[in-house]
Amino acid sequence: MRNAVIIPICTLLSLVGIFGLYLWQIGTGQKSLNHLPSTLINKPAPRFNLPPINRGGKGFSTKMLRGNVSLVNIWASWCIPCRVEHPYLMKLAQDGFSIYGINYKDDPKNANTFLKVLGNPYRAVGADHSGLTSIDWGVYGYPETFIVDSNGYIRYRHVGPLSETDLSNTIQPILKRLEN
Amino acid sequence: MIAETGQFTLVLALIVAIVQGTLPLAGSVKNNIRLMALGSTSATSLFLCVLVSFGCLIQAFIVSDFSVFNVAQNSHTQKPLLYKISGVWGNHEGSMLLWVTILTLFGASVAAFGKNLPESLKARVLSIQGLISASFISFILFTSNPFLRLDPAPVEGQGLNPILQDPGLAFHPPFLYIGYVGFSIVFSFAVAALIEGRIDPAWARWVRPWTLAAWCSLTIGIALGSWWAYYELGWGGWWFWDPVENASLIPWLIGTALLHSAIVVEKRDALKSWTILLAILTFSMSLLGTFLVRSGILTSVHTFATDPERGVFILLLLILISGSALILYALRASLILPGGVFSPISREAALIFNNLLLTTGAAVVLLGTLYPLLLDALYGAKVSVGPPFYNATFLPIMAPVLVACVIGSMLRWKRADLAGVLGRLKVATLTALLVVLTIIWATGSGDVLVALALGVSAWIIIGTMVQVSERINLFKFPLSKSLSRARNLPRAFWGMVISHSALGILVIGITISSAWRVEFIKLMKAGDTVSAGGYTLTFAGTLPIVGPNYTGIQGQFRVERNGKEITVLLPEKRSYPAERNRTTEAGILSTISGDLYTVLGEMSENGEWSTRIYFNPMINWIWIGAILMAFGGLISLTDRRLHIRLLEKFSKEANGNAA
Repeated sequence: MRNAVIIPICTLLSLVGIFGLYLWQIGTGQKSLNHLPSTLINKPAPRFNLPPINRGGKGFSTKMLRGNVSLVNIWASWCIPCRVEHPYLMKLAQDGFSIYGINYKDDPKNANTFLKVLGNPYRAVGADHSGLTSIDWGVYGYPETFIVDSNGYIRYRHVGPLSETDLSNTIQPILKRLEN
Repeated sequence: MIAETGQFTLVLALIVAIVQGTLPLAGSVKNNIRLMALGSTSATSLFLCVLVSFGCLIQAFIVSDFSVFNVAQNSHTQKPLLYKISGVWGNHEGSMLLWVTILTLFGASVAAFGKNLPESLKARVLSIQGLISASFISFILFTSNPFLRLDPAPVEGQGLNPILQDPGLAFHPPFLYIGYVGFSIVFSFAVAALIEGRIDPAWARWVRPWTLAAWCSLTIGIALGSWWAYYELGWGGWWFWDPVENASLIPWLIGTALLHSAIVVEKRDALKSWTILLAILTFSMSLLGTFLVRSGILTSVHTFATDPERGVFILLLLILISGSALILYALRASLILPGGVFSPISREAALIFNNLLLTTGAAVVLLGTLYPLLLDALYGAKVSVGPPFYNATFLPIMAPVLVACVIGSMLRWKRADLAGVLGRLKVATLTALLVVLTIIWATGSGDVLVALALGVSAWIIIGTMVQVSERINLFKFPLSKSLSRARNLPRAFWGMVISHSALGILVIGITISSAWRVEFIKLMKAGDTVSAGGYTLTFAGTLPIVGPNYTGIQGQFRVERNGKEITVLLPEKRSYPAERNRTTEAGILSTISGDLYTVLGEMSENGEWSTRIYFNPMINWIWIGAILMAFGGLISLTDRRLHIRLLEKFSKEANGNAA
């Protein structure tokens, strides 16, 4: 009977150990809850050709992803976390990275106002009215950001808004690695 | 000013909690009556301090004081009053304060109702309660202060997530917390018993009302949560094996085991060491649930804002509280002398069987909940564990519990006659068989498992009724005599009867609603009809609507049965501008035989609406069963032997024994 007491104590210790490890991994940025694997990693980006969100502007198609390492950001003006991550996209654009936008199920008027007020980090934005292109990308929630290499292959997927630490710990290092 | 008062009283509460956590304990060691008496005074003052602090936070929400960061983040002037108040516990900081308020309320109740507890036991229980309170108050003050100011104050708040703006959810967390936190009292009693190195039937009798109260609240809390998920999320389901749902189910299962094993301690002075362990485990699992929800290591609809720092703090509390209790258990459990002996066929043995299955069930749910986390932490792999796992593991473990609960409650203590009991259950067995065969015949042998589950439900309900009729000698004496016997049966017996039958009702609801549910997903335009569950629904189109803090679209479905119009169902899609969020409100016609459940989807380009229509047969039996189960617990709580006057007698006896 006395030895049986060891079981709950060991269980508690191992649980605490694993929770501690996990919290430490999250705290140091090695692991992120937002990190969801994508089956599209190391596969070519899906084929699409989206119209622009403003008349006379540039649309966004698969072809534009060739030749440059780029970020593809799926966003909408009605999505609050998109507002949260917007300054970081602006920062990346200022640093010279090429960012493309897929505007998910949005009113073009609202989308344009959003970019006018908060700034436009995108080289081009495609309007995904039907949401089908987002489905092809395997989008799970909004916003999501993909990194596509110069051959048009998807290399990284980020679910949810980007943060300062995401930028410095994952996004920028991956972009730099792919550019070299 | 309100916020500062709240902050000040909370700091004061921390000091009082530290006093309560140390001095009475010291008094019990030195046998100093005055120090021990400090326990009651400080427990009452602690509760008052925390209550004032909680009241201040509620006041800040009611008057929409957006200079308080928490209020600005979670409230809005346009919200109805009920949701301004429920918004207090709709966020991490506020719900933590509610948690502590309930924790200290329980401490104060022990002080108030425990006048007849032996002084030293009461002092120890209150001290341990004080230490737990101190840990959680410092958690609030150092990592999650709800009274932080925001300067400059915004004109308008950001609002509460609209899916949380619902009466079901306004009351779900308080009940759940009363359940979780109520087990802290049982925990404190267990630790106090370990320190004293003594546990006897009187101990079990003191602990039982607290266990029952906590268990009833937890049952109601879980039922409210699942009911809310059913009608608010618009998915038509009622239990999703979501990590946070599981976090409440695990303490419930272990708490149920504890409820039963404490009976053995009380009646037979046996299973004492195991009961103590269960008491420690139940509260530890409540703490684990708190950790999982608030550390952000699991993602779920329930999780609050994630912050690893808070996670570390709660993890430390978990180690401190559960770890020290378990170590104390390891050191002292051998002092607890084994009590009455019993044969393998006896009520004691049946209750051990119940305990083993319930704790194994809890362990399985725990494994399923934590497995994705373990795998991610160790190997970086992402998996999710869903219903197929639980259907394959949890349900087979629970099935024998259902069969055994009738037999177990009919066995005698010490040594029983299994064949005799089975003979007395002839009627129940025959009914169950009849149900199984009828259903196999009626459904064309397709649903053997469904037939078996319904047979088991019939067995539980009829078997429990057989017990009643035996106890009141129904049909053997005139009816009036039987009725007067029924009146004189102990309330605890009636509690058992109600709760066990409720279990049968619950299983019927779960089985039928999941096996025979009808589901349509259709594009509909005005004038289209659909039939489901014997009803004919005609889609009459949509209307724009305006609520106090939302706008939306309402679909109208005319419901007819046998050519007569019964009602109009009005599912809604709401849009909350303040929170920039949308919700779906299902339109439900609820009857005892089943729910007609309609959800309005999106409008397609040619003006047709995508609609989802379900008929969920007998789904209400699930919540009726759950509420009846809690009601049974309450009836048992009013049992005479738990009343204070009798307790006095018992405690005198216990004191006499000790001396």
